[in-house]
Amino acid sequence: MIPELGHFALALALALSLAQAVLPLIGAQRGDARLMTAGPGLAAGVLLAVGSAFAALLWSFAENDTTVSVVVQNSHSAKPMLYKLAGAWGNHEGSMVLWVLILALCGAAVSGFGRGLPGALRARVLAVLGMIGTGFLTFILATSNPFSRVWPPPMDGQGLNPVLQDPGLAFHPPLLYLGYVGTAVTFAFAIAALIEGRVDAAWGRWVRPWALASWSFLTLGIALGSWWAYYELGWGGYWFWDPVENASLLPWLAGCALLHSAIVVEKREALKTWSVLLAILAFSMSLLGTFLVRSGVLNSVHAFANDPERGVFILGLLLLTIGGAFALFAWRAPSLSPTGLFAPISREGALVLNNLLLCTIAAVVLAGTLYPMFADLMLKAKISVGPPFYQATVFPLALPLILAMAAGPLMAWKRARPWPVLQRLWWAGLIALGAIVTVWLVQRRPILPALGFGAAAWLILGALADVAERIALFSRPRAAFARARGLPRSAWGGAVAHAGFGVTLLGMAGMGLATERLAAVRPGESISLGGYEWKLEGVRDVVGPNWAGRQATVTVTRDGAPVTVLLPEKRNFPLARQSTTEAAIHTTMASDLYAVMGEEENGTATLRLHYNPLAPWIWLGGAIMALGGGLSLSDRRARVGAPARRAAAGAAKA
Amino acid sequence: MEETGAGKSRAPLGRRVLLWAPLGLAAGAGVGFWAMLRGMRDGSYDPRGVPSALLGKPAPGFALPAVQGLSTPGFGPEALAAGGPVLLNFWASWCVPCVVEHPQLMALQRRGVKLFGVNYKDKPADAARFLAQHGNPFGALVADAEGRAGIDYGLYGVPETYLLDGRGIVRWRWAGPMMPDTVSAELEPLLRRYA
Repeated sequence: MIPELGHFALALALALSLAQAVLPLIGAQRGDARLMTAGPGLAAGVLLAVGSAFAALLWSFAENDTTVSVVVQNSHSAKPMLYKLAGAWGNHEGSMVLWVLILALCGAAVSGFGRGLPGALRARVLAVLGMIGTGFLTFILATSNPFSRVWPPPMDGQGLNPVLQDPGLAFHPPLLYLGYVGTAVTFAFAIAALIEGRVDAAWGRWVRPWALASWSFLTLGIALGSWWAYYELGWGGYWFWDPVENASLLPWLAGCALLHSAIVVEKREALKTWSVLLAILAFSMSLLGTFLVRSGVLNSVHAFANDPERGVFILGLLLLTIGGAFALFAWRAPSLSPTGLFAPISREGALVLNNLLLCTIAAVVLAGTLYPMFADLMLKAKISVGPPFYQATVFPLALPLILAMAAGPLMAWKRARPWPVLQRLWWAGLIALGAIVTVWLVQRRPILPALGFGAAAWLILGALADVAERIALFSRPRAAFARARGLPRSAWGGAVAHAGFGVTLLGMAGMGLATERLAAVRPGESISLGGYEWKLEGVRDVVGPNWAGRQATVTVTRDGAPVTVLLPEKRNFPLARQSTTEAAIHTTMASDLYAVMGEEENGTATLRLHYNPLAPWIWLGGAIMALGGGLSLSDRRARVGAPARRAAAGAAKA
Repeated sequence: MEETGAGKSRAPLGRRVLLWAPLGLAAGAGVGFWAMLRGMRDGSYDPRGVPSALLGKPAPGFALPAVQGLSTPGFGPEALAAGGPVLLNFWASWCVPCVVEHPQLMALQRRGVKLFGVNYKDKPADAARFLAQHGNPFGALVADAEGRAGIDYGLYGVPETYLLDGRGIVRWRWAGPMMPDTVSAELEPLLRRYA
């Protein structure tokens, strides 16, 4: 009964979405206020309907209703409740419902927070969101119904892929989807602006919170995913340039560029066409990721069930959405003429540089992701593009980006002089150089980790210099505290996010110095790595709710003093006929001690040990970046919004 | 702000072409994706890249140098067909799954399986450090710095392993790291058959 209600709720949501796509748009074109105000009500209705459908799906998983086929394929009664619920979105059908639920949430949020928006703009934005919702709900109902039944019901489900039974992964998809779907809102704003033929400071101000929110969630989602890969896959790495990882990085890069170009639109009324294009690109990249993961055209650990039929349907959706948006862009963009002019060396100039570099990196990553597929298709050649390609291309592009990241916020709008900026940053540059030389001399390693330490120091200190400058810490220290309190949250947010990226770089540079050892040892024997002694005490059997495994006890000591006991495990899930490795990780903030247990053979156990300096800071940096986004989002100006178009335009001129 | 209509009149040609470029690129990609999906249905496009087109055919020959700075000898195409099964393993020091696979290679070597390595797109010093750290399972090893042999074999990625019978015919291919269950379930029966 409940699954049928869920199915019905999805159908109802489709009908309401269709109305949301059509009525407000007609209202906006005709200037009919009654039709325009239908938007918010319909958006609330869609949210209610999709919310009910999602609740019905959760209920089916919680109750382990084996008449529902996705439950049978992905769940099992012996699973802990958290993973039963997470199983609802750990599969293709359920994750699509979650996707649409978040889209509906965004629609309701636009109608809720968007009271200050002009009626016509809000109506058009809601209509575009309605169109996207209509497309995806049709997709779900036509090809991926999560509520289809099986009869007679099997005794129990087949279990969730054991690699996915992890708290990190329970929250990774929702966060990532919040980010992906958030780009749909900026996309809707871009399309609405193209229909209106008008992009001004107010538009920049309305778009920026959405760009910020979606970017922050994407940052968190990517960081969580990377952390999960680090501790669950047991390979000791944090980023593998896997096509699906790249697919999440692409909208992040485009969103990051949009975030910055929207500032220029808001403050200076320049880069309008460009910002609209970025908003379209960011959403296109999100959709491209959806297509790559779900159509089966690529080979990855992340890929869902392969189904060319679904692929054709999503490709059709992409064609309509992206093709339609680009066609509209080509037709209407010439009417968005820039008004604000600026010199190459200025805040705007730095932001343009930031945009160019971010977009070039995105283009390189996109090319690296798609090239093997197209080479296979057209040249019949199987080629893999691995980390060496990305290291050779992304790092040289990231270097000027990092250099500009610290300098940009210190530049004046319109026209800046390089000398005062250097004056405020010379000490950061000096310390960064010192860090590079020191690390390089001490480690005698390739130059990259040393450069990483330098870049991290440069960014963190650059953010400090930025804040110190704004609160006049050195010139008028007495008033600094008061000024710090009065500093807009968006300024704090920017500095915190930039410093957060520096922290992530610090972690990556540390990982560049990571060492590892692989050895077959007998109980009682020990290995030394990273200045620690790792001693295998013994191996024993362990049993969990739906698995059985072997657990090694490794005591770690440093100069004879005990540090920690690591318990790496190998788990065997009989139901899924699959085994997983549970890496044991002991973290001091300065490094991770990481142990993985391998095969056992005549009394010896293979241990793989990693010493990963500074590793936790990679993900902490991600959290700091997202915190910066959140701070900026909580800025009074973003919350209050622009009360009216005229007022905002006036403010931009001031 | 009153710009509506004004800019639409005559934007320069170059700018207008530029504005159509995203649509053109997206359309091109769309056609490609459509061809892939169609190929997946009729079997002409397979993203997993397995089984290899080489199965049952002679292994492509190559003339590659030994890895500099290592005492392990190189090998030529004749060594691949010298009688007895040979495992040909493509690997690189920059490849994380290769570390995961390494214990299985060491175990195979201890059991006396003939194991030849191709060090793929790697620096000799990095390769030597990797082997010094994790152990060297290879009876012979060549360096494929340019990835030429990788192209001839249709390499999907590293690590990747081929089993050749005594006459140099490819009998099995494994893309990705060989895990202990891969060795016991897939490789061992074949090793026994071609021994």
